[in-house]
Amino acid sequence: MLETSPFASDVLFHIGPMPITLPVVTTWGIMGFLVFLSWVGTQSDRFVEAGGLGIALEIVVETLTSQIDNIVGAKTAPFLPLLGTLFLFLVFANLSAIVPGLKPPTGHIETPAALATIVFFSVHYFGIRMQGWKNYLRHYARPSALLLPLNVLAEITRTFSLMIRLFGNMMSHEFVIAIVVFLSGLLVPIPFMVLGVLIGIIQAYIFTVLATVYIAASAGRIKIE
Amino acid sequence: MDIHAISIIGAVIAVSFGAIGPALAEGRALAAAMEAISRQPESAGPISRTLFVGLAMIETMAIYCLVIALLLLYANPFVT
Repeated sequence: MLETSPFASDVLFHIGPMPITLPVVTTWGIMGFLVFLSWVGTQSDRFVEAGGLGIALEIVVETLTSQIDNIVGAKTAPFLPLLGTLFLFLVFANLSAIVPGLKPPTGHIETPAALATIVFFSVHYFGIRMQGWKNYLRHYARPSALLLPLNVLAEITRTFSLMIRLFGNMMSHEFVIAIVVFLSGLLVPIPFMVLGVLIGIIQAYIFTVLATVYIAASAGRIKIE
Repeated sequence: MDIHAISIIGAVIAVSFGAIGPALAEGRALAAAMEAISRQPESAGPISRTLFVGLAMIETMAIYCLVIALLLLYANPFVT
C-alpha cells in the first residue's frame, strides 16, 4: 500500500529528456480552466447584460475584495490580482481530488514550493514599490539593529513554513485516505473525503490570508495583527 | 537493531510527542476564542478569522513533526 514515497511523483510521459508528472499536467489543466472560465465570463458587457456566469464571477471578485479589504485596509487594488488568483488556484487545486483519477498538485512538494516562492518575491516587490528602497530595507532593523539577523531569518522560515503547511496538510490527508481504504471497505472513506473538501478550502484560505498579511505588512499597511 | 527499526521508532516518537504540544495549544486557543465569542457575539467574524490563522500557525509545528517522520520513513539519508 505505502510502497510509493510521498516525496516521489508519478511520471506520465517524457518530452525529450524532461519527465512530465501528473501534478504538472493537473496544474496546467487548472490554469487553462480558470483562464477559460474568466474569458467566457467577461465576454458579455459588464453590469448591462452579464449572464449567469458573469454574475457569479462578479460575486467571487466582490467577496475576495471585501475579505482582503478586511485585512489590508484601504486600497486593495494592487494586491487583488495576485492574492485572488492565488486563492482561486488553491481552491481548485486542493479540490481536484474530487475528480476521480486526479490528485491535488499541492500534495506534492514542488507546487507549494513554487507558490511560496512567488509569495516570498512579491513581499519584497510590494514592499519596495510602496515604501521605497530605503524605508523598506530599514524595516529589517526596525525595533533595534540587533534584531537584523532574526528578521532576515524570519523572512526565510516563514516562507518555508508556508510551503510545509500546505504540503503537509494536503499530503497527509491523501495518506489518511489511503490508510482507511487499506483498512476498511470501499465506501468507508467517503466521510473522510468530505472532510478533505473542508480541509482543502480552509488551507487555501489560510495560505491566502497569510500571504495577504505578509504582503500587507511589508507594504506598510495592515489592520489586524 | 538495524537502521530501519531505529528509523521507525524515531518516526513514531516524533509524531506522538510532537502532537502533544500543538494539541494542548490548539485547545487553549479554541477555548479562549469560544469565551470571547460568547462574551461578544457581534465580533465573531474577526475572532474566528484570527483564530483560523492562529490555529494554522500552531498546527504547523505538528506538521513539521509529520514531515520529519515521513522523511525518516521514506527519504532517510542513512538508509542506502
